[in-house]
Amino acid sequence: MLAVENLEVVYNDVVLVLRGISLEVPDGSVVALLGANGAGKTTTLRAITGLLDIHEGEVTKGRVTWNGENITDLDPSRRVGLGISQVMETRRIFGEMTVDENLTAGGYVRGGDTVIRDKVYSLFPQLEERRRSVAGYLSGGEQQMLAIGRAMMQQPDLLILDEPSLGLAPRLVQEVRDIIAEINEQGTSVLLIEQNAMMALSIAHHGYIMETGKLVMDGKPEKLLADDDVREFYLGIGGEGDGGRRSFRDVKHYKRRKRWLS
Amino acid sequence: MLVDWLSLGSIYALLAVGFVIIFKSTQVLNFAHGALAALGAFLVASMATILQIPGRWMGSAPVWLKWTSSALVALAAAALIGLILERLFIRPMLGEGLFSVAIVTLGLDIVIRTVSNDFMGTNPRPLGFPGGTASLDLGWVVIPWNVVVSVIVTLVAVVLIATFFLSRTGVAMRATAFDQEAARAQGINVGRIFSLAWAIGSVMAAVAGIFLSVFPRRSTGVDTATAFLAFAAFPAIILGGLDSIVGAVVGGYAIGLAQAAVTEFLSNNPSFAFLGSGFGGVVPYVLMLLVLLIKPYGLFGTEEIRRV
Ligand SMILES: Nc1ncnc2c1ncn2[C@@H]1O[C@H](COP(=O)(O)OP(=O)(O)OP(=O)(O)O)[C@@H](O)[C@H]1O
Ligand SMILES: [Mg+2]
Repeated sequence: MLAVENLEVVYNDVVLVLRGISLEVPDGSVVALLGANGAGKTTTLRAITGLLDIHEGEVTKGRVTWNGENITDLDPSRRVGLGISQVMETRRIFGEMTVDENLTAGGYVRGGDTVIRDKVYSLFPQLEERRRSVAGYLSGGEQQMLAIGRAMMQQPDLLILDEPSLGLAPRLVQEVRDIIAEINEQGTSVLLIEQNAMMALSIAHHGYIMETGKLVMDGKPEKLLADDDVREFYLGIGGEGDGGRRSFRDVKHYKRRKRWLS
Repeated sequence: MLVDWLSLGSIYALLAVGFVIIFKSTQVLNFAHGALAALGAFLVASMATILQIPGRWMGSAPVWLKWTSSALVALAAAALIGLILERLFIRPMLGEGLFSVAIVTLGLDIVIRTVSNDFMGTNPRPLGFPGGTASLDLGWVVIPWNVVVSVIVTLVAVVLIATFFLSRTGVAMRATAFDQEAARAQGINVGRIFSLAWAIGSVMAAVAGIFLSVFPRRSTGVDTATAFLAFAAFPAIILGGLDSIVGAVVGGYAIGLAQAAVTEFLSNNPSFAFLGSGFGGVVPYVLMLLVLLIKPYGLFGTEEIRRV
């Protein structure tokens, strides 16, 4: 189980971006982390996977644990070794290399990999057809599949995806969603970071909603989907005659949960 | 002229390949490469003729075997030096811009040259390259064996390196070069990749340094001017394109050919003497300027297929 406890992150020693985030991803589940642009979703991902340093970011408070072990200061490659993999925002495939080589790079930490590679290709048959193509010339959808496949080469226990639906046509969004559901069915826990709340909540077991560095709400997808404010802000439904609302904070009846704060 | 071409070409090609390996995998423009070449040659000279390691323990083994063993020991030392330099001076710059790291390597260049010149003193140090005067007689041309060896070594090195870049570790290295953060996100230990690239690059520099000390001036060994001579490899690198191994080899032999041809031409045509006797040495730089004007990515360099 992944647990993020009361996490604070500061960029460049001054910009406080996460202000006490607590969330957990139980084994075998799909958890959605929703939030608007700049809420701090990617920052949360970086803190979990250890990539804050190149962005001049630092965890100043709280911790990240994985199966009870504190991994807050662990090297990124060690975290991948422990079973936490990620699909970065905007895919970040290795554009000058072939599809096959992208998978090789993905599986590098795991050593010999033909069996895993076959499994990944069975998940993405259209990638196998193009295994010798240069990855930079794949379509956006194919590149997203490749980014997911590359991470799956690490045989993760937990896969974190940062906005995998970004820039994809609705049909492809469905396809990505189905792939994520299948990956989960095969035993990998998923933390799904999304702005597309409908897509994420349709497969999540639990959802968190984040706003300017804080979690403002969490619960079962049914509950979140039924909530008027979620409907208004993330699904664009309802909210007539109330155009003045800018954020959850302004909503009187929202219930903030601070489960880890004590 | 053929001999001049092949020997110059091999040197430039080897230097360029080493430089490209470091650039390709770590995005560092290593301006200390020439200094590393000279240092490598000096290491070979020390092992082979001064310290006689491991020859002194090899009894009556043939001379070429003793020399080759010394060269291997020296190359291992060069690899180690590459590792240490990377760890001390390049690693802390991880994530900084291309330009600031290039400045650090310029500093390294000066430091390495100063230190190794101190050790070397003013006299050239002979490398004791065996079979110094023997030649291969093909009937229509006579080529010294050491030139033949240099061409073979260059080609073998290039094939080995091209194969390496297709291997798992080579792929991880290319991934790191393309997108360091994304490589780290895959769990690739970028620090280890950097070490490896610098070790390989330094060995390539040292190999080039050996030939550099033997051929261009029909010289007797490595001296304080060796590092300076290595600078002439930059035009080859630019011509081939900064990130292409094949380009480095083609660029190396092309520049070598141009330099050898012009030098030959000048020595046969006294009416061009006004250009000066060293004009052949300027040719590489003239070509470099032309390439930069016409095709800034070089003949084989990638023009960027970055994220779409
Ligand atoms: N390297 C950085 N230095 C300083 N501030 C940063 C840095 N990276 C992000 N931020 C700031 O931190 C805040 C959160 O950014 P983050 O990228 O985590 O948001 P996000 O929820 O992922 O947004 P998006 O949906 O647009 O991807 C933003 O205000 C952003 O400007
Ligand atoms: Mg983001």
